[in-house]
Amino acid sequence: MKNLFLIAYLDLKESIRARWFLIYSFVFGGLIALFFIAGITESQVMGFSGLSRLLLMYIQVTIIILPIFILITTVRSISGDRDSHILEYMLSFPISLAEYYWGKMVGRFITVFLPVFLAMVIAIIYGSVMGVAIPWAIFFLYSGLLFALSMVFLGIAFFISSIVKSSEMALGISFFVWIFALAFIDIALISFMLQNRFNEELIIAVALINPMEIFRVAAISLFDPELTVMGPVAFYILDTISQPIFVLISIVYPIGLGTLFAYFGYKVFSKKDLV
Amino acid sequence: MIKINNLTKKFGKTVSLNGVSIEFNKNDAIALMGANGAGKTTLIRLILGYYHANSGSVSVNGMNPIKNRQKILQHVSFVPQLPPPIKLSLKELMDYVCSSSDIVRDDIFHYAKEMEFELHPNLNKSFFKLSGGMKQKMLIAISLAKKSDILIYDEPTANLDPKARDNFYRLLKTDEQDKLALFVTHRIEEVKEIVNREIYMDLGSIVSDKNV
Repeated sequence: MKNLFLIAYLDLKESIRARWFLIYSFVFGGLIALFFIAGITESQVMGFSGLSRLLLMYIQVTIIILPIFILITTVRSISGDRDSHILEYMLSFPISLAEYYWGKMVGRFITVFLPVFLAMVIAIIYGSVMGVAIPWAIFFLYSGLLFALSMVFLGIAFFISSIVKSSEMALGISFFVWIFALAFIDIALISFMLQNRFNEELIIAVALINPMEIFRVAAISLFDPELTVMGPVAFYILDTISQPIFVLISIVYPIGLGTLFAYFGYKVFSKKDLV
Repeated sequence: MIKINNLTKKFGKTVSLNGVSIEFNKNDAIALMGANGAGKTTLIRLILGYYHANSGSVSVNGMNPIKNRQKILQHVSFVPQLPPPIKLSLKELMDYVCSSSDIVRDDIFHYAKEMEFELHPNLNKSFFKLSGGMKQKMLIAISLAKKSDILIYDEPTANLDPKARDNFYRLLKTDEQDKLALFVTHRIEEVKEIVNREIYMDLGSIVSDKNV
């Protein structure tokens, strides 16, 4: 356990010094700053105003860029170390593969989650200084959703990193995973629905298996508990499960899925040739 | 110390090691030689537990290097041919090796000094920003400070100037009793003074094994 935390700590320190981390932090911190400068808190769209409006905008942008940021920065974590022979040297010391793998994962999770979370904290602090009402419920829900989204894509990234030998291949796969979860799956499901090939409930259930989709719907559900903006789809979701249960699932499911991917990644990592 | 029995390792259709059987014993100082692709690195990686063999077995101190890798690696020091581009600072690298291997920090300073590498002023520098020679000296200092029974060096002097090579060989000579030292090298002249066994490999097989 001591070595796990050491590896997490060293990975964290190494990441913080890296250029990608500066850009990553700047993007999310910059987004919040930009929203304040642009006066988002004073605007009102669909009944959302103040910090709620700002957080809604933030979450809409985050859902697109956070997964790809996590994938491209993390997917080379193991495969990149393998390519550059760092893994060969580091694993020549008596450290367990579990400590190495999970230590890297913990370190990387803190690295990717913290800037996204801190950007929201900055928004809350700035908002309170400006005398804007703080939407605590939304803040906590979004923190949970961002935690879950970070976890699922980190798990997927570690899985890819373990199964693929070269970091170029890992990057290619991660880009495909991102675009697939972001758009391809929706496009395919919409076409199935238009052609009436499958039952609508099945199509909606498949759509909600996608962690990005469940994140999207859960983000809307706090502003719009009846999910009216989603039209008839709302009936399928809310008739099956209540809104609080849906929100709970939208946090627990991606965390579980990410953990599962990370676990399979570890199994592959520990069973295959290491270098 | 190390027993290799009918060991075969393939990568796809390429046979990298072809039924190799050999033993490395205490007080052996071995020069492992052969052309590129002869299987030297594959053999070392199998000993270190990085690769799963297709058939045959490796036993280090009576243990399987994959199933008992932590126990085995406590007794093994390894220096790769090319120092990897580790982004940790030297201090952080020392934290890692000392924590994982119970290496005494002062021993690293001692061997670094013996290798004429000033560690103190470079402690906060990233390892990968050091010159090739400095990196190699650092890795050698760590390997000696580990005080392992099994020393594996893959072209350890490739980046070293003649004086640093002499320092390295001097330290090895004073420290090699009751140990097994395995040097992968292309130049027998460089290790001739310190080895007592020469092994030649070619196309995944051992073609010559003689005591000198």
